[in-house]
Amino acid sequence: MGVEEKLPSGVLLTSMENLLGYLRKGSVWPATFGLACCAIEMMAFGGPRHDSARFGMEVFRASPRQADLMIVAGRVSQKMAPVLRQIYDQMANPKWVLSMGVCASSGGMFNNYAIVQGVDHVVPVDVYLPGCPPRPEMLIDAILKLHDQIQHTKLGAQKVAADAELEQVALRAEATHEMKGLLR
Amino acid sequence: MSDNDPQSGKQDPDEVEEAARTRAETSPVEEQSAAEAPAEEAAAEAPEDESTAEALDTTGPALPPEHPSRRGMFGAYDGSGDTTGYGRLVVRDTNPVRGGSTPRPWPEELEQLGDDVSAALQEAGSTDADTFEKVLVDRGQVTFFVKREKLAEVARIFRDDPLLRFELCMGVNGVHYPEETGRELHAVIQLLSITHNRRVNLEVTCPDSDPHIPSIVHTYPSANWHERETYDFFGILFDGHPALTRIQMPDDWPGHPQRKDYPLGGIPVEYKGATIAPPDERRAYN
Amino acid sequence: MSQQDVTFTPAGDDTDDPYAGVRETTEGPVYTVTGQDWDDVVGAAAAGEERIVVNMGPQHPSTHGVLRLILELDGETVTEARCGIGYLHTGIEKNMEYRTWTQGVTFVTRMDYLSPFFNEAAYVLGIEKLLGITDDIPDRANVIRVMMMELNRISSHLVCIATGGMEMGALTVMTNGFRERERTLDLFELITGLRMNSAYIRPGGVAQDLPPGAVESVREYLRWMWDHIGDYEAFCNENPVFKGRTVGVGYLDLAGCMALGITGPVLRSTGLPWDLRKSQPYCGYETYDFEVPTRDTSDSYGRFRIRIDEMKESLKIVEQCLDRLEPGPVMVGDKKIAWPAQLAIGSDGMGNSLDHIRHIMGESMEALIHHFKLVTEGFRVPAGEVYVPIESPRGELGAHVVSDGGTRPWRVHFRDPSFNNLQAVPAMCEGSMVADVIVAVASLDPVMGGCDR
Repeated sequence: MGVEEKLPSGVLLTSMENLLGYLRKGSVWPATFGLACCAIEMMAFGGPRHDSARFGMEVFRASPRQADLMIVAGRVSQKMAPVLRQIYDQMANPKWVLSMGVCASSGGMFNNYAIVQGVDHVVPVDVYLPGCPPRPEMLIDAILKLHDQIQHTKLGAQKVAADAELEQVALRAEATHEMKGLLR
Repeated sequence: MSDNDPQSGKQDPDEVEEAARTRAETSPVEEQSAAEAPAEEAAAEAPEDESTAEALDTTGPALPPEHPSRRGMFGAYDGSGDTTGYGRLVVRDTNPVRGGSTPRPWPEELEQLGDDVSAALQEAGSTDADTFEKVLVDRGQVTFFVKREKLAEVARIFRDDPLLRFELCMGVNGVHYPEETGRELHAVIQLLSITHNRRVNLEVTCPDSDPHIPSIVHTYPSANWHERETYDFFGILFDGHPALTRIQMPDDWPGHPQRKDYPLGGIPVEYKGATIAPPDERRAYN
Repeated sequence: MSQQDVTFTPAGDDTDDPYAGVRETTEGPVYTVTGQDWDDVVGAAAAGEERIVVNMGPQHPSTHGVLRLILELDGETVTEARCGIGYLHTGIEKNMEYRTWTQGVTFVTRMDYLSPFFNEAAYVLGIEKLLGITDDIPDRANVIRVMMMELNRISSHLVCIATGGMEMGALTVMTNGFRERERTLDLFELITGLRMNSAYIRPGGVAQDLPPGAVESVREYLRWMWDHIGDYEAFCNENPVFKGRTVGVGYLDLAGCMALGITGPVLRSTGLPWDLRKSQPYCGYETYDFEVPTRDTSDSYGRFRIRIDEMKESLKIVEQCLDRLEPGPVMVGDKKIAWPAQLAIGSDGMGNSLDHIRHIMGESMEALIHHFKLVTEGFRVPAGEVYVPIESPRGELGAHVVSDGGTRPWRVHFRDPSFNNLQAVPAMCEGSMVADVIVAVASLDPVMGGCDR
């Protein structure tokens, strides 16, 4: 977000990426965004047994301005969706979204009028975590996967290139209804 | 194998037996029918059923009326996709909500309650017949079907009369029966008396075309949110409510989502070439 | 909606509400429910004397879940408080109308996610009453139900105390509360297979019998809890900071509770020992020996003490449950209702029953047909409606279950104590400080999943 984005592509930028990724992944501050059942498991993740402090993220920030990870923990209702988007917009870059539980990821068992069928309709999601609710251990696994993503985040020119490549991949991907094969 | 005997009876659709039964006699789960011929008879059975039903009709007590909304096994009326052969089954309506008053004697404590209610009404210069459409005693619970215009008054009597003293209103809940013409919307109010340690339900009906019910908020402030919720979900307008706004849905939401004519609103789920319809659009037993 | 269309009556008049526009027409009053009335509230506030309207939530660290509080402030004093709910409305009641009676358990368990067993029990007792099999439930099933409900009461009160402590800044209470709760969840996981949302109590009994080692684990848990439950009292009972934050805060007396239909610890904090487990027992509660703790302070401190005392009573009940567990069936004998298999954990980690599969696939065609019918179609419930109340950790949890004689519920409505009790927020908070609002709401222990359903 600062001068590191302006670095010329090369060895310096790559080392900078490694360093920044290392620093960023060790200090992810989540926003307190508990909605439903998953929020209780998210609090258990912050509790003594699972101890989120091990990952440098024991500070659940109440203000979205100070947070860089939004753990959407629970079902997102149509009434909550605008609020959720507003909170996401208030968060400063770089920011990540973890969709915790099936309700947040796809609507889950609540396929009805009240629930947004997947929070990715509202905000971009980096990690989807299945489960109803996922155990705190599963949340830890998702966090570690997110750390992996953060570590390998590109910067500057390399990010532009990576984004372009991702877009190409997305364009080539077949739509869900064209996929064939077993339901697994 | 012996433990399967009641199960083979299950082969035979319950409706056939249900048709031959009067309203309050038995419940489907209690019946232990003898093992009847399974599968292959099922297709040829449908016409037979009606003749059986008719035969019983002439000998036994009067049958309950045909169920207003259910026929067949899959809710399919005239060959619309129901390939089970059960499409012509007639389901009898055994819902006490649509029946008449429950004749006395009731269980002892409910008799006492009924007498207390009559006495309290008398003291207030009214009678049971003036106030209630019917009184239903079912499964140990008593439900007074209050005439709509009398509700506010009745609530006040139920709360204040020393014989009754229903201090707490536990909730107001809507139920939608689209087949009951002229009384589609029901509001059920649960009252609790801590003094006498007993409960009573009040039920009020109103037609879809005129969904107004008097509010009881001025008697029971706790009904405030419950009435708002019932308005939100069913569109029942509680006259006299201080702020009848939506409570669960967003303010600008169109429609009242828990009515039966409001779709569930699910989306089909697609995955790897397969599509699964939302639950309300799938074929289902009714 | 233009602003001049709306006439507002002054605050304090109970015939109107500043959050809903009312327009007088020839047909009578018309209520404006189209939204955007927030502008009018702000406009009305600006027109009069200086008032500050603070919107707290729905995402705020110190509200339980997604509760929105709309506070009108005069300096630091709350002059008016209103709740905005519905941010977690899930449509569970509607969804259940399209599933069988048994599948409904899976939905209700996700309503009030801190007390899943109570939701299940209320719903299942309603179905059983409609079916007329209340007296046929095996003893063992009833004992297991009571045990799970009381364990659940402990875990729910622990979360209430933990989050309430966290909101007051007592972080040790929070970490301790979650430590003990984890142990309770371990029991749930051992017995039901899931930490939360277990769908364990089923129509006719419970989903499966206690696994080997469960009784010993519960006893071990009881020992641990008796050792550690005193911690909370040591932390808080005489702690001057804690008492300073809670004593006299969130005051609601008996008359207020009656008018607002409040039940549970809030009602008992006024001195009235009203507990449905005693006054209108269900599941055999009349045979257990326990007390109903009360206080006469009517404030947040009294409610905290009641919750601690209730946890102790629950521990006593669980002990009695363990003592009276006799071998026997855990599902009703009627094969037309009873779920066809008692599951065990299979080699693939999923619930499975090899004996049952051998029976239906290899031995009996009728059993296979029966299994198929019961699982896909479900059982029919005779038409009628019942209202079944039970004592949840938050107060009276009632299930209004309506059947039209089909295999699926016609309507199921939950009278959730969180929903009802949140109506008391204005009565508890108006006139107090902003910081006390948090304590008062925490002492109500609302769970928005149950409130909004």
